[in-house]
Amino acid sequence: MTIYDLTLAELRDRLDRRELSAAEVTGAYLERIAATNPQLNSFITVCAETATVEAEAADRAIAAGETAPLTGLPIAVKDIFNTAGLRTTCGSRILGNYISPYDATAIGRIKAQKAVILGKLNMDEFAMGSSNENSAFGAVRNPWELSRVPGGSSGGSAACVAARQAAAALGTDTGGSIRQPAAYCSVVGLKPTYGRVSRYGVVAYASSLDQVGPLARDVRDCALMLQAVAGYDPADSTSVDTAAPDYQAGLTGNIKGLRIGLPREYFIDGLDDDVRRAVEQATATYRDLGAEIVEVSLPHTAYAVACYYLIATAEASSNLARYDGVRYGLRAEQAENLIDMYMQSRAAGFGTEVKRRIMLGTYALSSGYYDAYYLKAQKVRTLIRQDFLDAFEKVDVLLTPVAPTPAFALGEKVNDPLQMYLSDIYTIPVNLAGTCAMSLPCGFSADSLPIGLQLIGKPFDEAAILSAAYAFEQATEWHKRQPEI
Amino acid sequence: MNYETVIGLEVHAQLTTRTKIFCGCSTEFGRTPNSQTCPVCLGLPGALPVLNRKAVEFAIRTGLATNCRIAPRSIFARKNYFYPDLPKGYQISQYELPVCEHGWLDIDLGDGQSKRIGITRAHMEEDAGKLIHGETPETAGSSLVDLNRACTPLLEIVSEPDMRSADEAIAYLKKLHQIVVYLGVCDGNLEEGSFRCDANVSVRPFGQKEFGTRAELKNINSFRFIRQAIEYEVERQIDLIESGGKVIQETRLFDSGTGMTRSMRGKEEAHDYRYFPDPDLVPLVISPAWIEEVRATLPELPDAKRHRFVEELGLPAYDAEVLAADRNLADYFDACVTLAKDAKSCANWVMGEVLRKLKETDTEVVAAPVTPELLSGLLARIADNTISGKIAKTVFEQMWLSGETADQIIQAQGLKQVTDTGAIEGLVDQVIAAHPEQVAEYLSGKDKLIGFFVGKVMQASQGKANPGMVNQLLKKKLQG
Ligand SMILES: [Zn+2]
Repeated sequence: MTIYDLTLAELRDRLDRRELSAAEVTGAYLERIAATNPQLNSFITVCAETATVEAEAADRAIAAGETAPLTGLPIAVKDIFNTAGLRTTCGSRILGNYISPYDATAIGRIKAQKAVILGKLNMDEFAMGSSNENSAFGAVRNPWELSRVPGGSSGGSAACVAARQAAAALGTDTGGSIRQPAAYCSVVGLKPTYGRVSRYGVVAYASSLDQVGPLARDVRDCALMLQAVAGYDPADSTSVDTAAPDYQAGLTGNIKGLRIGLPREYFIDGLDDDVRRAVEQATATYRDLGAEIVEVSLPHTAYAVACYYLIATAEASSNLARYDGVRYGLRAEQAENLIDMYMQSRAAGFGTEVKRRIMLGTYALSSGYYDAYYLKAQKVRTLIRQDFLDAFEKVDVLLTPVAPTPAFALGEKVNDPLQMYLSDIYTIPVNLAGTCAMSLPCGFSADSLPIGLQLIGKPFDEAAILSAAYAFEQATEWHKRQPEI
Repeated sequence: MNYETVIGLEVHAQLTTRTKIFCGCSTEFGRTPNSQTCPVCLGLPGALPVLNRKAVEFAIRTGLATNCRIAPRSIFARKNYFYPDLPKGYQISQYELPVCEHGWLDIDLGDGQSKRIGITRAHMEEDAGKLIHGETPETAGSSLVDLNRACTPLLEIVSEPDMRSADEAIAYLKKLHQIVVYLGVCDGNLEEGSFRCDANVSVRPFGQKEFGTRAELKNINSFRFIRQAIEYEVERQIDLIESGGKVIQETRLFDSGTGMTRSMRGKEEAHDYRYFPDPDLVPLVISPAWIEEVRATLPELPDAKRHRFVEELGLPAYDAEVLAADRNLADYFDACVTLAKDAKSCANWVMGEVLRKLKETDTEVVAAPVTPELLSGLLARIADNTISGKIAKTVFEQMWLSGETADQIIQAQGLKQVTDTGAIEGLVDQVIAAHPEQVAEYLSGKDKLIGFFVGKVMQASQGKANPGMVNQLLKKKLQG
């Protein structure tokens, strides 16, 4: 078994027993990245130099007996996280050469544990997309099938973990941006409850929906990563001051009596047969494990995508106003005057999808349209949240598909934004409700593409979905399959 | 036709918190450009605002002092527009649910009458940065951005359109100014822009119910200019209507050079600010307990102080007005009264010698070298006849210079008043002997000459003789 086949937990063990050094591990990963990235394009920036320095520091810490759970472990992060002294592009030309002067809180937390940051991962520009094709740094390819998309917007993160380019990754999820690519690439991805992980230093797309989360090879690693970044941060007013429990302690494999809900609105036309079959099989596995399966209803599901594309774009239109060429980022040099400088800089700096969403959001907030669009969407959001709270009166977790189909082909939906938006139909409601959910491998389609299972938990009950996911993982082999790359 | 003026005022008071409203940077004025910035106030990608609790406390203070209702729950909203001094492309402000609403202030109309001016709302927001347009040869033709001021806390206090003249507007502004300075929430500096005023001005024929179309006057940085701007604008609007024209709703800039206002932008060019609740900030919840806690720390306000000075200390209305106008002066006076008891003589000294000296030496009252303790020490020596009022003024001058106590100076310079009858008698005899002509005149009925003799005796005593005793002895001796 090569170094890069080891999970975080296995690496921890080897490092602690001095069978491996962080420098060796990092070296192996940097080689792996060099060998595979030309095919996948999952990294925007590889931080070989700083990673090597960090690995040496980690080895010193381990030698001194000052070991934290992530010390010396090779992590990569979506290029949406500010990393002091490193380029932070957010997948956009407008930040193409932007070197951030500060660390995001999540980055600060993994750095404090002396994790090794291998590099910054590709993504849809400003996290807007479901295929990673909207990156100014080129599309990412799915390691299972290079002609397919890895999903988005954390496409680089999912592809990187699936292809063993890092032991685990950090991504962000605004409407499914961790879970959908995790499903497309057969890795474990978790979107925590809104407020569980600090958003400070995460370039904002839609502030009321964005949430940081891990992508990992199995549930235990996912729990380990979540543990490292979860918890209150006074620098983020929306982070919640409740202590995160010990997530690994809950991974017992015993879920007898767990009540699992199947929302009937999620099993509808448009759901791919292979996906349906895989999710049904997973349901059967849970029944065998002693869970009680109940049908529930989330009656406002049909409105979620429309609601999301009003709220997310409205917030984005305002969040992206700061990219004006005045203080940092791309500035048009040939501008005639101030307005011209704004227009030229933004026209050249933003991609098509970002421009589309800025325009949608600007429209939704405009005087005369605010009530009909933004305000109505907020009311619908309240109803959707209530749907979930009602369902959680009856069950502990919800079980659904992650996406209606397996990974689609590169270029297939680029010119059909509405079709593209529908690939997030099962993940978006969770962000609107503000609760937690995860994606885990549950099978493969007839043409060997990964299929993901979504478990949705009560607000701040990440422990419950991790525990349920772990039991499933123990009972199945899906997570052990690897792409041939 | 006769026209009635209608004025509503919007005041931006910069709150004197030590740090900015949404980050920990210093708010100090006049530092090197961009030296007081961080990811938050620079609007860097990923930075998030955190509300400064002190700014909220200052807003509550101001709200309570202006009789507002403090909202138990208020919301921060984003006001979206592009400008190079606005780093995030939006200003965090409050829109639908401001922190204070439904307040009022009573203003004096000068004829003993008072009038109540409504305060619609007061809301918290962040200030923008500053643009500096190429002032040196190297920067000519370019614009520079200084974000030191960006994100400093402002409280925008919006009045009802209740004022009917420039006089009323000034009275309201001065009153509000006095209150925020008294509360210690704003330094009140109009020139530096820490107390800024925009005026909404319209006219309508007397008796008409509906308001006329208003113009919003901006860029006015002194009380004098506010009067000028309003008066100019009222005249302009009346002239316009009289000559068959129509006032249009617009923003007008006041030019202090010409004393005129000129159009900046019309309503048709008005921004659509696309306000919406800021998802980065949670609703601001203010508990009744917090409000009461702040209320308990409110200082006595100018109106209450004036009232107390007249009713309890027996001061004339004019004295009360002068002493209550400035909180530090009032505190100084109050401290003197507590120590020296005699309010009237304290008032005389504070309004006379102390104010004169402060002005002469350009000193703040809190930095006066003659503290209330020292001044009351001096007043005590007058009260117990150790020195005369006249000598006291000399002593005061020396106290101001040296910071010594009155007793130290009196002792060191032997200024103790002579109250020994024998000694004074001797001087009286000498003076009478030296001025036989004046004695004759006095005896023939020119009583006023007593002043002349008193002066001579005081002179001979180098001012140290007790004037009352001198007077008494002179009268006795002259009459034989
Ligand atoms: Zn700052």
